[in-house]
Amino acid sequence: MSTPAPEAAPGTSRIHNIGYRSYEGPRLGRAYARRSLYSQSLRGAYGLGRSAKSKVLPMLLAAVMFIPALIMVSISVYLEAKTLFWEYTQYAVFLQLVIAVFLASQAPQSVSRDLRFRTVPLYFSRPIERVDYVLAKYGAMSSALFILTATPLVIMWIGSMLAKMDFAEQARMFGQGLVSVAVLSVLYGGIGLVMAAFTPRRGFGVAAVIGVLTIPYSAVSALQGIAYATDNTGAIVWLGLFSPITLVIGLQNAFLGAPASFPAEAQVGAGAGAVYLAVILALVAACYGILMRRYRKVGL
Amino acid sequence: MTVIATESLSKRFPRVTALDRLSLDIGPGVTGLVGANGAGKSTMIKILLGLAPATEGRAEVLGLDVSTHGPEIRERVGYMPEHDCLPPDVSATEFVVHMARMSGLPPAAARERTADTLRHVGLYEERYRPIGGYSTGMKQRVKLAQALVHDPKLVLLDEPTNGLDPVGRDEMLGLIRRVWTDFGISVLVTSHLLGELERTCDHVVVIDGGKLLRSSSTSDFTRTTTTLAVEVTDSDAHPDGTGALRAALAAAGVALHDGVEEGLPGAGHILLLEAAGEETYDLVRDTVAGLGLGLVRMEQRRHHIAEVFRPETAQHEEAQAR
Repeated sequence: MSTPAPEAAPGTSRIHNIGYRSYEGPRLGRAYARRSLYSQSLRGAYGLGRSAKSKVLPMLLAAVMFIPALIMVSISVYLEAKTLFWEYTQYAVFLQLVIAVFLASQAPQSVSRDLRFRTVPLYFSRPIERVDYVLAKYGAMSSALFILTATPLVIMWIGSMLAKMDFAEQARMFGQGLVSVAVLSVLYGGIGLVMAAFTPRRGFGVAAVIGVLTIPYSAVSALQGIAYATDNTGAIVWLGLFSPITLVIGLQNAFLGAPASFPAEAQVGAGAGAVYLAVILALVAACYGILMRRYRKVGL
Repeated sequence: MTVIATESLSKRFPRVTALDRLSLDIGPGVTGLVGANGAGKSTMIKILLGLAPATEGRAEVLGLDVSTHGPEIRERVGYMPEHDCLPPDVSATEFVVHMARMSGLPPAAARERTADTLRHVGLYEERYRPIGGYSTGMKQRVKLAQALVHDPKLVLLDEPTNGLDPVGRDEMLGLIRRVWTDFGISVLVTSHLLGELERTCDHVVVIDGGKLLRSSSTSDFTRTTTTLAVEVTDSDAHPDGTGALRAALAAAGVALHDGVEEGLPGAGHILLLEAAGEETYDLVRDTVAGLGLGLVRMEQRRHHIAEVFRPETAQHEEAQAR
C-alpha cells in the first residue's frame, strides 16, 4: 500500500527532513573555548544555567554575605557616622564560614562532576589542553569567590560616600580591602578545587573543603590561645602561617592596613608579612601544580 | 586521499607493548578497527587525537602530523568514548551546546548545530529533559551527537554499540553508516565483534596484541569466511543425526569446525562449517535430505576475530593455550 505522504495543509507549513547541512562558519579555537569554559563555570557557581534547585544555595549564601553590609551601611547613613563599624579588611574574616560553605558547595560541582561522570575526556579530545581546563576552572572559582567577597565591600564603599565620610581615606581602605579579598579568593579557590578534584563523590568533596578550611583554623586559634596564656607572644604570629584564613589575616595586618586580629593584638611586621606572602604564593602555586598533575592522569 | 596514515607506529609501556610497528593507510568512508580487549584500539585513538606520544613511528590524521598538530586535529575530529561521559543533571541540548562551544563554535552556531545534530541522531522532544532519565540507547545517541556537533571531517567512535540490545545495536550501526553516506563524515569505529562491523564498514582493520593482523575491504571478508551453523534432528535410521551429517559432509569435502559452541543450550547438536559459496548451502540441504533428517536451522554466524583469522592465529592460540 503506498499512500502518498499527507500534504501539509495550506498555512501550516512544516519542514520535512532537510538533510545534513555542513558547517562552514568560523571555528574560534582554543582561547575562545577556554573563555567559554570559564564563563560557564563562573555562571555555574551561582547556579546560572543549571536547575532551579541548584540556584538556591549559592543565592542564599550570597544574600547572607551581602545583608550585613547593607544593614551596616543603612545604620551608618542614618546615624551620619564618621567611620563604618567594620573595617573593609575584616568583613570577609567575620563571614569566613559563609565563604567556606559557598566554596565547599560549589567547588565540587565545578570539578567533581566532570571527574565523576567522566566528562573530562570530552574536553581533552577538543582543542583545549590541560592547562586551559585548569586555568578556566581555577579562574572561575576564584572569580566566583571574588564576586561573593568584593560585593559587600562595594556596598560599604558606596555607603561611606552616602554618609559623606572622608573620601580619600575610604577609597584607600576600600582598595586595600579589595586586594585582601582578591588574595583570599585565589587562595581559597585553589584549595577548594584541589580538595574537590581528589574526591569525585560530591559529599566527600563538601566535607573535605569544609574540613581543610575550618579544622586548621580551630587548631591555630587554640594554639595561639595557649601561646598567649603561656606568654609566648612571639609564637602567635608564626602559628598564623598554618591555616588559610589566618594567612590572609596576617598578610593584611602586615601590608593592607588591617588591625591586629590575633590574640594579644600581636602585630605581623613586614618581615613576618613577607613570609606570609611567600607561603600564600607557594600554596597557590602548589594548588595549580597539583591540579595540573591530577588532570594528567585523567586523560582519555 | 588519506584520512589516517600510520608508519611503523609503536607505543610501549613499561610492561606491555600496546602498538607494535603498525602501518596503516585508511581512506575516506567507514573503517572498522577490530581487536579483542587490550588489543591496542584505545591507545591508537589516543595517539590519533594527539593526546599520547608514540614511542616510535609517525601518524597523520587528515594530513596533519599528530605529534605537532594535536589541537588542529582535535578541531576537525570528533571523538565518542566507550565509557559513560554524560552528566545526568543537564539536558542533552545544554550539554551538546556546551561541547560545541568547547570545539570553537560561536554561541549562535553552537545552538543551531546542536538542534540539527540531535535531530539527525534521532533525539526529539526528550532533548530538553535531563540526561539522567535517558535509556542507554538515547545516551549513546547524545554521545554520538557531541562528537558530530562541530561537523568534523572524521569521527573516532570507541565501541559505540557497547551495552545496547540487538535492536539498539542495529539502529546505532545504521546511524554510523549514515554519518558517512548522508553527512560525508569519515568514521573510524572500533569493536571487538567483527560481525557487526562487516555490515557497516567499507574497510576493516584487525589488530591483535598491537600488531596488524589484516587490513582489507569488507567484501573480501564476507566472501571467504562465512561460517554456517547447522542443526538437525535425529531419526530412527540415524540416532545421532549430527554425527551422521558430520561424517557425510566431511566425505563431501566440506571444511568443518571441530569445536562446539559453548554455553548455549543444545550446543552439542550444532555443527559449524565453512561455507565456500552458494553451492555449500545446496550441498548441506541435499545431504540432510539424503540422510532423511529434519533441518532445524541453518544460519550464518557472527564471526569472532579468532575464527576469521584461524589460519594465521591458530598456532599462536594453541601455543598460548598450553
